Amino acid sequence: MDIEVEETVGELRQYFKTGKTKSVIWRKNQLTALLDLVHENEDAIFKALHQDLGKHPVEAYRDEIGAVEKSANNSLSCVEKWMAPKKSNIPLLFQPAKGEVLSEPLGVVLIFSSWNFPIMLALDPLIGAISAGNVVVIKPSEQAPACSSFLANTIPLYLDSNAIKVIEGGAHVCEQLLLQKWDKIFFTGSPRVASIVMSAAAKNLTPVTLELGGKCPAILDSLPKPSDFKLAVKRIVGGKWGPCSGQACIGIDYLLVEEKFSSALIELLKKIIRRFYGENPKESKVISRIVNKQHFKRLCNLLKDPLVANSIVHGGSVDEENLFIEPTILLDPPLDSPIMTEEIFGSLLPIITVNKIQGSIEFINARPKPLAIYAFTKDETFKRQILSETSSGSVVFNDTMVQFLCDSLPFGGVGQSGIGRYHGKYSFDTFSHEKAVMHRNLILEIEPRYPPWSNFKLEFLRLAYRLNYFGLLLHMLGFKLGLIRRT
Amino acid sequence: MAGAESGWSEKKVFDTEAASFLVKELRERFGSGRTRSHEWRVSQVKALLKAVVENEDKIVQALRFDLARPPLETLVYEIGMFKNSCEVILKELKHWMTPEKVKTSIATFPSSAEIVPEPLGVVLVISAWNYPILLSLDPVVGAIAAGNAVVLKPSEIAPASSSLLAELIGKYMDNSFIKVVEGAVDETTALLQQKWDKIFYTGNGKVGRIVMTAAAKNLTPVVLELGGKSPVVVDSNINLKVTARRIISGKWGLNNGQACISPDYVITTRDFAPKLVDVLKTELENCYGKNPLESEDLSRIVNSNHFARLSKLLNDDKVSGKIVYGGEKDEKNLRIAPTVLLDVPQDSLIMGEEIFGPLLPIVTVDKVEESIEVINSGTKPLAAYIFTNNKKFKEQFIKNVSAGGLLVNDTVLHLVVHTLPFGGVGESGMGAYHGKFSFDAFTHKKAVLYRSFAGDASLRYPPYTDTKLRLMKALIGGRIYDIIRALFRWS
Repeated sequence: MDIEVEETVGELRQYFKTGKTKSVIWRKNQLTALLDLVHENEDAIFKALHQDLGKHPVEAYRDEIGAVEKSANNSLSCVEKWMAPKKSNIPLLFQPAKGEVLSEPLGVVLIFSSWNFPIMLALDPLIGAISAGNVVVIKPSEQAPACSSFLANTIPLYLDSNAIKVIEGGAHVCEQLLLQKWDKIFFTGSPRVASIVMSAAAKNLTPVTLELGGKCPAILDSLPKPSDFKLAVKRIVGGKWGPCSGQACIGIDYLLVEEKFSSALIELLKKIIRRFYGENPKESKVISRIVNKQHFKRLCNLLKDPLVANSIVHGGSVDEENLFIEPTILLDPPLDSPIMTEEIFGSLLPIITVNKIQGSIEFINARPKPLAIYAFTKDETFKRQILSETSSGSVVFNDTMVQFLCDSLPFGGVGQSGIGRYHGKYSFDTFSHEKAVMHRNLILEIEPRYPPWSNFKLEFLRLAYRLNYFGLLLHMLGFKLGLIRRT
Repeated sequence: MAGAESGWSEKKVFDTEAASFLVKELRERFGSGRTRSHEWRVSQVKALLKAVVENEDKIVQALRFDLARPPLETLVYEIGMFKNSCEVILKELKHWMTPEKVKTSIATFPSSAEIVPEPLGVVLVISAWNYPILLSLDPVVGAIAAGNAVVLKPSEIAPASSSLLAELIGKYMDNSFIKVVEGAVDETTALLQQKWDKIFYTGNGKVGRIVMTAAAKNLTPVVLELGGKSPVVVDSNINLKVTARRIISGKWGLNNGQACISPDYVITTRDFAPKLVDVLKTELENCYGKNPLESEDLSRIVNSNHFARLSKLLNDDKVSGKIVYGGEKDEKNLRIAPTVLLDVPQDSLIMGEEIFGPLLPIVTVDKVEESIEVINSGTKPLAAYIFTNNKKFKEQFIKNVSAGGLLVNDTVLHLVVHTLPFGGVGESGMGAYHGKFSFDAFTHKKAVLYRSFAGDASLRYPPYTDTKLRLMKALIGGRIYDIIRALFRWS
C-alpha cells in the first residue's frame, strides 16, 4: 500500500506533464462528467448519506448535491473566463511593454475531505482543482465509509482516471499521503489534524488551504416585532440542527442573547423544535444522527459535568444504539466547561445571556476567531460595530448558513478557523499559480541603467523612479534640476 | 559604525519569555483598534517614507558597510523602489480599504453581499541580508497599510542595516505597534515560537521550511519569498548587445549577483554560445573596466561563508577549464570578479544550487527549444527570462515554463512594476506582494451577507417533503423555468 501511494503520485505527475489537463476542453469535459455523475447517481448518494449520517434526502440535496451541482455549473460557464490572462498596466517608463498575470495549474494536488458533508467536501474542492487544470488525489474521510466507497467506485467511471484518483483509508494512508510531495494540499477538518497536515506540507514547501471550524456564535438582538423574532428563531433552529444535526463547521455553536429575552427565546425554540421535529425527534427522520460512537461519547461527556447537566432546559436524552442525541438547549452553562471551550459539533445549543447585547462582541473577541458569526439585529450601528470590532471568516446578518450558497463570496476562515478560501472563482484561484509575465522588446534602451555609474545616471534614475517624465525630459535635454533634488 | 556597536552591547537577551510578552502586548494594543483607521495607516506610511528620505545618506553608508554596495544601486533599488511602494499605497489605500460589493444569486434572494478587508492582527516580518532595507520595509509598509501591528526581524548578516532599521523605526514610527527585534538564530527561534496572525519571510528554502513548520503549530498563514535558479534563455537572431547588457544589469548590477531574481545561469545553443560570450566580455569590460576587482560599481560578497561557498563552486573539478572570463578572487576584501563559464555539465556543483553570486554558467543545448525541458527538470524558479524574437518559441516558453514570474527580452524589471504580483511557486515560494498584493497579503477578506426578515422560504425547514425537494432543486439550480414549474405544481 505504501509503495502504491508513491507510485500513484508518480503516475499522476507524469500525466500532468503531458499537459492534457491544461486544455480548456479537458476541464470542461471533466466538469460535465462530474455533473453527470451526480445527476445519474442521486439515489445512490442519498442512500450513502443516509447510511453514514442518517441524512434526509432533502437535507442531502440542499447541503450537498445541490451545492455541488451549482458549483460545477458555475465553473463550467466561467472557466474559460477565469483562464484568460489578466492585463496589468505597465508605467510609461517601461514602454514599450506588456504585462499580464497568467493562471496556471499548480500540478498534483491532494484533497482531504471531511465526514460531515462527505460528498460536498470532496467534490466541491475537486471542481476547483479540475477547473484550474490540476491532477488530483481525493482522500475521503473513513468516518463516512459508505460515501467514501461511493466516491472510490463511481468517480473512476465518469472522470479521467489518469488524472483523478480516490484513495481510501484511515490514519496510516493519510500518513503515507503526507510523505509525498504535493503542489497543493486542501484540507477540511479539525485544527488539530490541520496542524499535522501543514507541518508535513512544510517539509516540501507545499502551500495549503485549511478549512477548519470553531465556535460559531449567533447573536440575537432585541427584535420587537413578533414576526421578526419568530423568523429569527426559526432560522436559528434551522441553522443549528438542520445541517447534520449541528455537526457543521458553519453551524451555530452557541447563542448570545440579552438576559431579559432568554425565557421568551427558550419557549419559542421549544415550540419550533416541536414543529420541525415532532414530539419525538428521534422518530422524525429529518435530523441526522451523530456520525459514530466516538463522537457520540464525546458529546455525552460534554453533558456529564453536573453544573452543565443542571443548565439543560430542553432535551438532553440520548440513544446510544441509534447514535441519536435529541435537540438540547442549555442556559448559561459554566464558561470554563468543555462545552463552552471546545467546538461542540453536535446537537447541543448553549444559550449565553449577557447584560447588554453589545457585550457579545467582547465575549466573542475573547475567544478564537470563528468561521462565521451570525447576528440577528435591525440596529445598523450594532451591525457596523460587529463588522469592525470582531474578526471571523464570514458574517451573516439575519440568517444562518446561507453564505456558502453565494459563489461570489470567499468561503474560508481566519486564525484558528483556517487559512485560504474557496467557492466560485476562489476555488479556481486556490488551485492556481498566478504567474506574472512581462514582455519587453529589444529596441529603445535606457542607457542610464548600466554602469559605469555617474551623477547623470543617478539623477536620471531618481526621476525615472518617481515617474517624473517631464523632469526626465528636461534632464535628458541637459537642464540642471538642482531644485528637484530631494522631495 | 559606532552607532551599531554601542547599540549591540546594550542589548538584553531576547528569549522566549520576552517574545511572548512582546506579542501579548502588541495583541492587546491591536485590540484597541487604533491601527484600523485610514489616518493612522497613512501617518505611519508617511513617517516611514520620511525616515527613508531624510536618512538616504545613512542608508547608503550602511549598505556600503554591509555589502560595499555602490551608492547608485542602493539609491535606485532599495530607496527608489521603497519610495515608489509608499507612494502607491498613499494614492490607493482608501480604495483598497473600501468593502467590495458583490453579486448575490437567486439562491439567497433577497440579500446583499460584500467583502470587507480587515487586518490580520499581529504580524512578523523576517527579512534578508541582500536588500536589507527594501526587504524589511517593503513588507512592513504593506502590513501597516493593511492595518496590522508589526514586528520586524532584520537579518543579522547585514548588521549595519539591521542597526539602522532599529534606529529609524524607533525614532520615526509609532512604537506601540511597530517594533524591531534584532538578533540571530536564538532571537528568531524565540519569535517563531509565538502565535502570529501572519509570518512573512524572505530568504532561502531551508529556513523557509523551518518558518512554515513553526507556523503550522499555530495555524499561522505564511508568505515565503524564496529563490531558485532563475534561468535566462538566449535565442539567436536577437539584438545581442542589448541582450548582453540587460543580462549584465540583472546579474552583476544587482549586488553582484546576490539577488533572488538575478539571472542565475544562461541556456543557449552550442552554435550561438561563442557569440554571446564575446559580446558579454566586451560589455562587461565597458561596464566594469579591465580590473573588475577594483571596480567601485560592484558590491562585494557579503561574508566569508558565502565567499567560501562561491569559491568551492569555482574549484569544482567538473568546471575546471570552463571559465571563459573572470574568475579572479580577492579573499581579503571578499571580492569576486564577474565570471562567465561555458558548457558546464548539469551535475556540476554550480548547477546544483542557487549561485547567489557573480558567477554566470552557460549551459548549451542543440536546439533552443530544449531549454524548456532543461528548466523544467529542475525546481520551479522565482523568475525565468527569455530573449527571443521568435513568437512561437516565446509562446511555448510562457505556456510551459512555470516560475514565479516571467520576463521576455529583459531581466529583473518585473520586480519594479507594482501592478504585477511578486512571488514564487513550488520551491521558490508561496504568496506574493508588491502594490495591492502587499495589502492583500496582510489582509483578511471577510465575507459579509445581509439578509432581511422579509421573504422566508418555508421549503428550507422540516418537515421535508418531495415538493420541497423539487422546489429546492429548481431554486439552487437557478433555472427560472424549473422554478416556475415547481411553484406551479406546488400551488
